[in-house]
Amino acid sequence: MKKTSIASVLSSQGVLIALAALILFGWLRYDHFLGLFNITSVLRYNSMFALVSLGMCFVIMTGGIDLSVGATAALGSVVSALLSPYGTMAGTLGGVGAGLCIGLINGFVIVRLRILPFIATLAAMLAANGAALLLAGDQSVSVSYDSGFTDLGQGDFYNIPIPALIAAILYVVGSIVLNFTSSGRTVLAIGGNEDASRMMGLPVNRIKFLVYVVSGGLSGLAGVILASQFGAGQPIEGVGWELFAIASVVVGGTLLTGGLGSVGATLAGVMLLGLIFNVLNFENGMGFISLSAYWQSVIRGVFLLIVVILQSQLTGRAERVEAR
Amino acid sequence: MTASATSPSVSPLLSMRSVSKAFGGIPALSEASLEVAPGEVQALIGQNGAGKSTMIKILTGYIGRDKGEILFDGAPFEARSPQDAQNNGISTIYQEINLVPFRSVTENICLGRESRRYGLLDWQAMHEQARKLLARFKIDLDVRKPLLRFNTATQQMVAIARAIGFKAKLVIMDEPTSSLDEREVAVLFDVIRQLKAEGVSVVFVSHKLDELYAVCDRVTIMRDGRTVKTADMASIGKLELVASMLGRDIAQVAKSATAFGDRRGRIGDVVLTANSLAAGHKVHDVSFSVRRGEIAGFAGLLGAGRTETARLVFGADPLQSGALSLDGAAIHPREPIEAIKAGIGFSSEDRKLEGIVPEMSVAENLTLALMPQLARAGIVDDAKQRAIVEKFIQRLGVKCSGPDQKIRELSGGNQQKVLLARWLAMNPKLLILDEPTRGIDVGAKAEIQSLIKELADQGLAVLMISSELEEVLEGSDRVFVLREGRSVAEFSHAEATESAVMTAMAHGDSDLVAEGSAS
Repeated sequence: MKKTSIASVLSSQGVLIALAALILFGWLRYDHFLGLFNITSVLRYNSMFALVSLGMCFVIMTGGIDLSVGATAALGSVVSALLSPYGTMAGTLGGVGAGLCIGLINGFVIVRLRILPFIATLAAMLAANGAALLLAGDQSVSVSYDSGFTDLGQGDFYNIPIPALIAAILYVVGSIVLNFTSSGRTVLAIGGNEDASRMMGLPVNRIKFLVYVVSGGLSGLAGVILASQFGAGQPIEGVGWELFAIASVVVGGTLLTGGLGSVGATLAGVMLLGLIFNVLNFENGMGFISLSAYWQSVIRGVFLLIVVILQSQLTGRAERVEAR
Repeated sequence: MTASATSPSVSPLLSMRSVSKAFGGIPALSEASLEVAPGEVQALIGQNGAGKSTMIKILTGYIGRDKGEILFDGAPFEARSPQDAQNNGISTIYQEINLVPFRSVTENICLGRESRRYGLLDWQAMHEQARKLLARFKIDLDVRKPLLRFNTATQQMVAIARAIGFKAKLVIMDEPTSSLDEREVAVLFDVIRQLKAEGVSVVFVSHKLDELYAVCDRVTIMRDGRTVKTADMASIGKLELVASMLGRDIAQVAKSATAFGDRRGRIGDVVLTANSLAAGHKVHDVSFSVRRGEIAGFAGLLGAGRTETARLVFGADPLQSGALSLDGAAIHPREPIEAIKAGIGFSSEDRKLEGIVPEMSVAENLTLALMPQLARAGIVDDAKQRAIVEKFIQRLGVKCSGPDQKIRELSGGNQQKVLLARWLAMNPKLLILDEPTRGIDVGAKAEIQSLIKELADQGLAVLMISSELEEVLEGSDRVFVLREGRSVAEFSHAEATESAVMTAMAHGDSDLVAEGSAS
């Protein structure tokens, strides 16, 4: 049984080990890797992905999927940019509200009309994409710099980037909800055995509806930060974010079939994928090699595959040993 | 082992001898034997878990066997895969139609053995082939139309045509009539007779006894992984069929009313009344009632509609007609959650599929449904949860390393106790137990049975479904017999003798049989 525990520990903590190894590698190899500037810019940039991935994590734990998160974030960024002249609050509420709307539609279509999440959110992705382009008139929408809206994405609070702070708070909340509330446990129960959950009278439909609404809202918030950070609502940003989010969740050890998962490991997954990008930038900066953004994407893909294969191997072995 | 009543005069087409198979050390088939003559229609019957499917799966190459030999067409035979079996002349038709609804009849029939010409599909030849095949069964239809345009029976025929192809020698039909109505069944039987006339053999699996008499020559009965009897249909009565399936000796069915004790004094007012429930293909007219402190048992063969009826009461499936009342007030549960709020609990026959959440702990499996009541300001009160879990683990004697152990690591009996505890913790008025001791070892089984009695003694109304006749007879204050979706008889504990109940299961009780029921 000892072997079991080592294998299962490795499989659940694989993402943390990989993350630690990558940080160690960066620290030894590059001078400014752990410098304040690099750390804050990595956190600032990746906080958007972190928010989107948090929502995705809950959706996937119920056994669903949300492909609309990237397009929703783009829509959120456009709406918040358009509303930013009326103040930070208006911009934020507008962006989050737009995201919530997409989430409500997703939830309704999936739970009430019983359409598969993959299809429902694919449709929502196309619709949100179109809506963003329509609202923006086919170009990026500059935000108002007078209203203080940009502080949200660009500002710091005691050296901590504000978007990272927002993401951190929401991850803490997410973790508490998942681990200590009946709704959170119901999320996992649905993913673990939806029929059993229904038969024991858990509010399956309500919770499934809610995870899509939350995912929409968080995507909208990511859009708000996007607009605020880059000074413009970006109708064509967000392409591929859903895949990044799914990758982060999966790297974090959450089962795509649902039922098992962790909010913290998802955050570690986001950081891992973000840091790979960062490390490649440093590598370029050292001048030994020069990798285009396309190559970086290839390398990220390969890395993702390696981590996932490793995890499935380890998990498989742990299960085989336990079954004996 | 197999006492063949009449050996076929010609050498058999198929002969499976002393075939054994175990899964993870648990035997699914022990020394089972089956012999089918050319042009014979043989019924294969038995309860759930009797080994019918394992037998068929071995024959068709889905799984290998541990021991025994199979002779087919005079030569040793071992199918490596279902395709391999089919190429050798053994075709299988499953309960669920296994075709592509959007594609044409031709494609559904010829898929996988397309005719080609110059490397391209020869549609002309394929349409012709499909038409010819269907003509064998006197079916004439436009083979170019998509399959979904046709009714279930026709689709079933297409499935049969596909399975048989042009060279099947043995056709296995696994409950082919479960989704057909009477007229469609008649058409299917014509097809079977046609096959028989052409010298093709059929193995026919069904739970509807009348059908066996209509179309089969011989019957092989399985129980607990063994083939216990083979007989000519003409020489075996329904009662004897049922008795063999259940493993009861028809000669000594005198029942000993022991160890149940007099519980009549503890039975109170009616808790649940069900009147003429009906829904779907499985439940046509079922009425019963359960009283406080009473254990009401459902007896019936597989497919009698016991589980389906229970699911209606629990709101797991929609009720089409009939009335339910709980404590005198009408209820219409459309979702399990509504039934639960009204005070009904339901422990499913399928622990894995509808019971446990395998990756979660014992504690969570026990309290998930209770959590909203255990929460303070949304956060689950850990101490309260612990207290409840500890109490039930102790009270029901759940053997686990602790509340945090994953439930999938427990034995079947202990999982079942956790699921019982889940419902008891919610304090229901009526608890429905569907096969509460299925797949549980003997010791745990006795424990659970006495636990059920204890619960009834404390005033709980219990509705118990079990395929083990003994369990129903010995553990119920009243027994309701269901047959093909209708309630056909009701017995008190004293009246519920094996012979009386089995007669009702096999024939139905003429007094109570609703009109139109075949008997």
